[in-house]
Amino acid sequence: MNNQDIASIRGIIRGNRRWDLIFAVAGFLALTVGVLAFVTLFGQMVINGWERLNPDFFTSFPSRRAANAGILSAWVGSLLVMLVTALSAVPLGVAAGVYLEEYAPKNLVTDIIEINVTNLAGVPSIVYGLLALGVFVYMFGFGQSVLTAGLTLGLLILPVIIVATREALRAIPVHVREGAYGCGATQWQVVSDHLVPYATPGIMTGVIIGLSRAIGETAPIITIGALTFIAFLPASPISSTAPFINFDWLWSGFTVMPIQMFNWTSRPEEAFQQNAAAAGLILVLMTLLMNALAIWLRYRLRKSIAW
Amino acid sequence: MAKTELKTELKAETRDFNFYYGDFHALKKVNLPVLDKRVTALIGPSGCGKSTLLRSFNRMHDLYPGNRYEGAIVFHPDNTNIVDLKVDPIEVRMRIGMVFQKPNPFPKSIFENVAYGLKVRGERSRSVIEGRVESALRGASLWNEVKDRLQQPATALSGGQQQRLCIARCLATDPELLLFDEPTSALDPIATANIEELITELREKVTILIVTHNMQQAARISDFTAYMYVGELVEYGVTGDIFTKPVKKETEDYITGRFG
Repeated sequence: MNNQDIASIRGIIRGNRRWDLIFAVAGFLALTVGVLAFVTLFGQMVINGWERLNPDFFTSFPSRRAANAGILSAWVGSLLVMLVTALSAVPLGVAAGVYLEEYAPKNLVTDIIEINVTNLAGVPSIVYGLLALGVFVYMFGFGQSVLTAGLTLGLLILPVIIVATREALRAIPVHVREGAYGCGATQWQVVSDHLVPYATPGIMTGVIIGLSRAIGETAPIITIGALTFIAFLPASPISSTAPFINFDWLWSGFTVMPIQMFNWTSRPEEAFQQNAAAAGLILVLMTLLMNALAIWLRYRLRKSIAW
Repeated sequence: MAKTELKTELKAETRDFNFYYGDFHALKKVNLPVLDKRVTALIGPSGCGKSTLLRSFNRMHDLYPGNRYEGAIVFHPDNTNIVDLKVDPIEVRMRIGMVFQKPNPFPKSIFENVAYGLKVRGERSRSVIEGRVESALRGASLWNEVKDRLQQPATALSGGQQQRLCIARCLATDPELLLFDEPTSALDPIATANIEELITELREKVTILIVTHNMQQAARISDFTAYMYVGELVEYGVTGDIFTKPVKKETEDYITGRFG
């Protein structure tokens, strides 16, 4: 190859490389939009709500005087509702995911169910609220309770957990699966001894992503009639007398963080806007904390599962 | 032929065995004897059906829809047709162990890997399980390397050790027939030599059917060799004969490297 050829090849490479630079710049700008939006929102909440963040804010009930109002009933409500959501959605979602991926025959009915599950994830959350109002509140008579809210949000995140379960199962290599069958295991033994344990990091991630979506949901909770001003806590699940555990809290009225925020933002006084910002800040931190937990769990569990 | 020469009994045989992946006729009227306590090697170019045949022996094809067996694979001494759909594939897999192409230890401890077959057989006694795990690991020449770290993850072992662990996993449950699907194709030459040596030792105790891409390997470790081509069994015989004086022209072409 003579010098002229080498020079022309270099010219071509330079031309080809130009797109690397163009895309790197465009991609970085695209990323900046997302990051800036989050930083601005978060920053504004910090600035507005910072003063209100003191221990009393967490231990006070809402009040007509903004300075005395707190989020006690809201965070306790959110926590209890999330508990019901997780306990109802995880077993249902994992079981449905395992069935669809491992047991269901590959036919038209299964395909239709699959498409439905995927579409379910895109149904607006207020529709779940309407469904819950009809089914849980009126038909089953669960009332406007922690139980109703938990089950509603459970339904809402069910598709997320089903999809996460299936993806996690699909990521298990075929040869590991065949190895288990080769030992003479039945399908259930393969599922319970191998597939579900190996899929756990992926399932956990899905569960936490689902829960962090559920914790911020407002529309379906309002639809089923959560209280917006609530100055009491649900009955404690643990009591000092036998049987030490009770389920009265399931039937209790409640409020949750986003509804408390919604209530405060709709008031005219400036001071309540501060409260709303502070509550929003806590809500975002709760979500971030859950995501951090998901990442940590995935990292820890993945380390022990390699192929 | 070989049967009379070496005075050994049949462990299994395929009788006019056909196999279909959906519409694709993958195995055509295969008649292959597998002699007891001997090593039988299946050789042939890629896509000839040797792995398909091997996987039929423990009904692996049942895991996927659209597959169909036709004819028989008769397992001796009880004359069970193991590809009869009335025969439970789990029962077949409990009698016939399989070692795969890629080492596939479970992401569990070394001990749990070897004990898994015992677990599915309902063995509860800790002392029985420990004894069987140790003898299986000794049988797979792995005991000395892992005896001090049985609780460590199996996936931390080297590739060759993982493959011997998979062999131990099969040995723990005393299989009557051990299937090897190109067990050394993912291993380096030293690990390969270890596995080959192990197979030579194992043939005293268990019948072995092995698929291999490597003709030298077949020549080194097997007693009988079957040459397959596009779903048919072209020639079967004592390994020495197949490699030195094959009867069929196609076999000779393949062995001498003129083809394949």
